[in-house]
Amino acid sequence: MTFRGSGGISGIIPAWARTHAHLPLILLAAGFCLSFAIPHFNILDPYVQLILMYMGVNIILTLSLNLVNGYMGEFSVGHAGFMCTGAYISSILTVRVFSAGSGPWTFPAAIIAGGAAAAVLGLIVAIPSFRTRGDYLAIVTLAFNMIVKSALENINAVGGARGFLGMEKLTVLPWVFCWTVLSVWVMRNFIYSNFGRGVLSIREDEVASELMSVNTRQVKLLAFVVSSFFAGIGGGLFAHLLQFINPRMFDIIKSTEMLIMVYLGGIGSIAGSILGAVVYTFLIEALRPLGIWRMVIMPLLLVLLMLFRPRGIMGLKEFSWFVPKADRMIAKSKIPEGRKSGK
Amino acid sequence: MTYLLQQTLNALQLGSIYALIALGYTMVYGILTMINFAHGDFFMVGAFVCFVVVTFLDLPFLPALLLSMAGVTVLGVMVERVAYKPLRQAPRVSAIITALGVGIFLENFTLALNPYPKHIPPLIANTSWTFGGITISSLQCTIIILSIVLMVLLDFLVQRTKVGMAMRAISWDKAVVPLMGVPVNFVISITFAVGSGLGGAAGMMYGMAYPVIDPYMGIMVGWKAFISAVVGGIGNVRGAMIGGYILGVLEIMVAAFLPSTYRDFVAFSLLIVLLIFRPYGIFGKPRPQKV
Repeated sequence: MTFRGSGGISGIIPAWARTHAHLPLILLAAGFCLSFAIPHFNILDPYVQLILMYMGVNIILTLSLNLVNGYMGEFSVGHAGFMCTGAYISSILTVRVFSAGSGPWTFPAAIIAGGAAAAVLGLIVAIPSFRTRGDYLAIVTLAFNMIVKSALENINAVGGARGFLGMEKLTVLPWVFCWTVLSVWVMRNFIYSNFGRGVLSIREDEVASELMSVNTRQVKLLAFVVSSFFAGIGGGLFAHLLQFINPRMFDIIKSTEMLIMVYLGGIGSIAGSILGAVVYTFLIEALRPLGIWRMVIMPLLLVLLMLFRPRGIMGLKEFSWFVPKADRMIAKSKIPEGRKSGK
Repeated sequence: MTYLLQQTLNALQLGSIYALIALGYTMVYGILTMINFAHGDFFMVGAFVCFVVVTFLDLPFLPALLLSMAGVTVLGVMVERVAYKPLRQAPRVSAIITALGVGIFLENFTLALNPYPKHIPPLIANTSWTFGGITISSLQCTIIILSIVLMVLLDFLVQRTKVGMAMRAISWDKAVVPLMGVPVNFVISITFAVGSGLGGAAGMMYGMAYPVIDPYMGIMVGWKAFISAVVGGIGNVRGAMIGGYILGVLEIMVAAFLPSTYRDFVAFSLLIVLLIFRPYGIFGKPRPQKV
């Protein structure tokens, strides 16, 4: 087992792990059992469990934003809009449409429906983004975020600015675990698929990749749809964890938080997304005793990190478990430093 | 009709403030191709400096204006030196994220110092004149005239002076300009100083015109000013002024003729429509791409 792109760290992984190809599967199974056991036998403090669930939701959100910002190299700043859509649609479904206890499948169905609604919106947002490039996409997504928030504030059927409540606490640790693993798995397979390579080529040079017969329109569209789908799923989980949502939760500040997690962990890296989400969620909680000063210290840490590691903790590096076997050989051939743009 | 004219006046007032902030965005973007997301918070700091100066030193209008502009100028240049300059060679996004970080820092630092919303005591004698049903207050007059004066001065600086020429040259080609003996770092500092100064002035005017100032006020106004800069074509000084007024008119008119909660919704929808038809803004031109 080696870290992609950095030979030096591989020594951390002990020899026995290197010879066990099934280790990830075993770890996953163990994690899944643990996610059932923890709430059932109350192994951890409920507060710690809550933080774990936040971490899972944040990992999903960070991954979804990283696909657009890190892998595709576009600059989307309105991801909370997609999250908001997912949160509202799935909450409306669980509260108004599915009656309580109508079956164990209703909750995942509601979450997927939320994700699908967000994906449709992602499709709509992606269309103006073909005409505009780079920083102009930032405006389109930003405006989209504000439109979603402002529209929901004006719809009285879902509570308007007062918010929407009545969801049961359906987001529990096993669900968060499943959705997190699922989204990591889907994202990894997406990135190393043909489409994923198209996404990467757009980051490096859009015009050149168009000339190399990448259908950039199609690739951009698909990346946007996948990304917004997962943001919607994250939103649905978030809503059923908090049991209360209002439009102001999903404004620019939330989007900024997601951006911070992506760039803290590192752009264009699944391991980075996970690390960024976990570190950020942990720090926010760990610094809580500082009160308001924690929100003074957090951005300072971010600025310092950016000054010393401009690409984030894991920027463009990947932990080899997230790289499919066939790609590990390719990964070893080094890319010249100057070409790793990531804009 | 008088209602419409009255609302136009309000729109001019709001538009002037947006335009002044948008200028800061557009100048920094033009010269560094970087979106300075902390600029909205410079605007907020401007309002707070004015509050401190007026409340504790009891200064009249003009010194208060100069002091708030100076305070924000110092802040802008400092932030540029400490946080943005080391990242000139880094990927562009790092600098943008740093700017977001600086913005959040400024908001919460101000909040941590004093967590209550403030209001700036009146600085101008509140007289108003009525012309055929339209009422103009002295405050409105001051804001509109002062911002137009500042904008004309800025336009003069950019178009007619040596520093302005250097700014335009750097935004044209960053690689060659240093070879011509232009002190690039100095010019960038001047850009930040001027842009932040205008933001500070806007902050003070906003604080005078609207009752309450609070540490988070820079977020929304800042993003809206950024949008104005884009509408005008980011990087274009005259475009930013026009964009600011367009957004001001849009917002006030929507609020005047529709329920005011639809203000943001309509304004941003129109923005997206505009970007579909003119993807680079009103005065913007697509940059040539090299393969």
